[in-house]
Amino acid sequence: MSIAPSDHDTRRPADAREEDYLWTLNFGPQHPATHTTLRLVLKLEGERVVDAMPEMGYLHSGFEKIGEHLSYNQYVTVTDRMNYISPMANNVAWHHAVERLMGIELTPRCKVIRTIVAELARISDHLLCNGAVGLDTGAFTFFLYAFYQREVIYDIFETLCGARFTNSYTRVGGVSQDFTPLVVEKIRTFLRTFPKTLDDMERLLTRNRIFVDRTKGVGVLSREEAIAHGATGPVARASGVTRDLRKDEPYLAYADYDFQVCCASAGDCYARYLVRMQEMRESLRILNAAIENLPAGEVNVGIDERVARPSKWQVYSTIEGTISHFELSMANRGFEAPHEESYAAIEAPNGELGFYVVGDGTENAYRARCRPPSVLHFALFPRLIRGHTLSDVVAVLGSLNIIAAELDR
Amino acid sequence: MTDPLPQPALPESIAARFAGLDVSAFRGQTRVVVPAAEAHGLLAALRAEGFDLLVDVTCVDYLEYRGATRRYGLVYLLASTGGGQRLTVRVFLDDPQPAIPTVVDVWPGAEWLEREVWDMFGIRFEGHPDLRRLLMPEAFTAHPLRKDYPLQGRGERHNFPVLTRDEG
Repeated sequence: MSIAPSDHDTRRPADAREEDYLWTLNFGPQHPATHTTLRLVLKLEGERVVDAMPEMGYLHSGFEKIGEHLSYNQYVTVTDRMNYISPMANNVAWHHAVERLMGIELTPRCKVIRTIVAELARISDHLLCNGAVGLDTGAFTFFLYAFYQREVIYDIFETLCGARFTNSYTRVGGVSQDFTPLVVEKIRTFLRTFPKTLDDMERLLTRNRIFVDRTKGVGVLSREEAIAHGATGPVARASGVTRDLRKDEPYLAYADYDFQVCCASAGDCYARYLVRMQEMRESLRILNAAIENLPAGEVNVGIDERVARPSKWQVYSTIEGTISHFELSMANRGFEAPHEESYAAIEAPNGELGFYVVGDGTENAYRARCRPPSVLHFALFPRLIRGHTLSDVVAVLGSLNIIAAELDR
Repeated sequence: MTDPLPQPALPESIAARFAGLDVSAFRGQTRVVVPAAEAHGLLAALRAEGFDLLVDVTCVDYLEYRGATRRYGLVYLLASTGGGQRLTVRVFLDDPQPAIPTVVDVWPGAEWLEREVWDMFGIRFEGHPDLRRLLMPEAFTAHPLRKDYPLQGRGERHNFPVLTRDEG
């Protein structure tokens, strides 16, 4: 007895369309591989993704509205919670924008200190991002190697400012704590030990057959698309856009250091992984140069600027220090931002992180717009996943480094 | 602050085509104010001139801003990926029903940025392919970043039906 061939197709109604036979899969908002709360509605034909509809807003907390009701120094605690993978970079970005608005020139020591913490944040962000890509494609050991080193950076930040995760480190015109010899020692130890781990990580994954097969040629973003869709940071650089704000518009102390902009031309998940790995090595070069040439002197701007709290010695020994400390502590005094608006951005680990700050003469921002790199990258997602399989979703999502807290703010 | 690079004025070909633009500078940033009707033409021309990256589209509600005469200020932040130059284009809009032509046809990446501005400020982008709310729920009726929307107290919790554990 022969089995009749499947007459599945012939039983379709005459007016049926091809898309009526697609699967719709709800991916997230609570899914371990999205890592955060974001949702994808996937249209599947078998295992192939025909289309994807990203949806966000599950973590929307009105950060920009809160920014209009907190002072320039208070809001830094909220920026910690935007991209919580690298809060130091958000702190630096926020006060960079505020100081641009107010026209404050930082002290050389503060510039270098902020450069150091921003680069440490970049390393810790790239470690988690690449680690998560490895984790999602089956390389668990690699993730543990990465996370162990993140722990070391957490320790440095804890020694520096008391908080491991939500640092709130910067202040208008300075930082909350100066570097102590112990912090410098810990950073030096990290710089000595981390390259070995980085080599180990590269050996684990960069030429790993399974990982390369999972990521090479997956989620290809062309250079033109990257520019037209506003991609920045490692995502754009992996597609051949040679834009790095640290070089193009050198802020803080970046002009003083010798480092390279890491680019790739393939634009796939593997290229994004390689760019991030290489950027960590360049960050190490910047850190090595910065920590050995830390300028002496004051870390905060002087009393005349009337924005940063004077040191205890100044408060108790000089009349200007006493007055300045008193005024900055009073609710109806403080400092005033000009009646103007400006935009300033830094090269955050994820891309261009900028703030459009509108000052209205008070100590609160009138508008504190955050330009989050994740939003524009997440909008690219359907374009990158079409035609790939369901298992590639996590690889593409991981390589874009979407952080929902930054996405939704 | 030393770091802002000296920014060039508006490209000459642009200045010739669009006469009477209000160009100003602050902390090394060049800003152009353009009427809503000319905004799309100017932005498309600027893209052709080399400002190929649309960094951000955002909006400021000037309702309580001292000295402001117009209500909404749309902000287009442009940059060039080659030269590292920046330019800010501002467009002022007013109630009721502020609207402006979309720039999604110039930069596809503007799609979500404009959706967010619609969501938060209620500015309608004419010709936008998919003008839905981006962050707030679909059923939400207000535009929360407007200045007449309070920080707390309206629409957040008490307007939504309360489900007890048993009903849920």
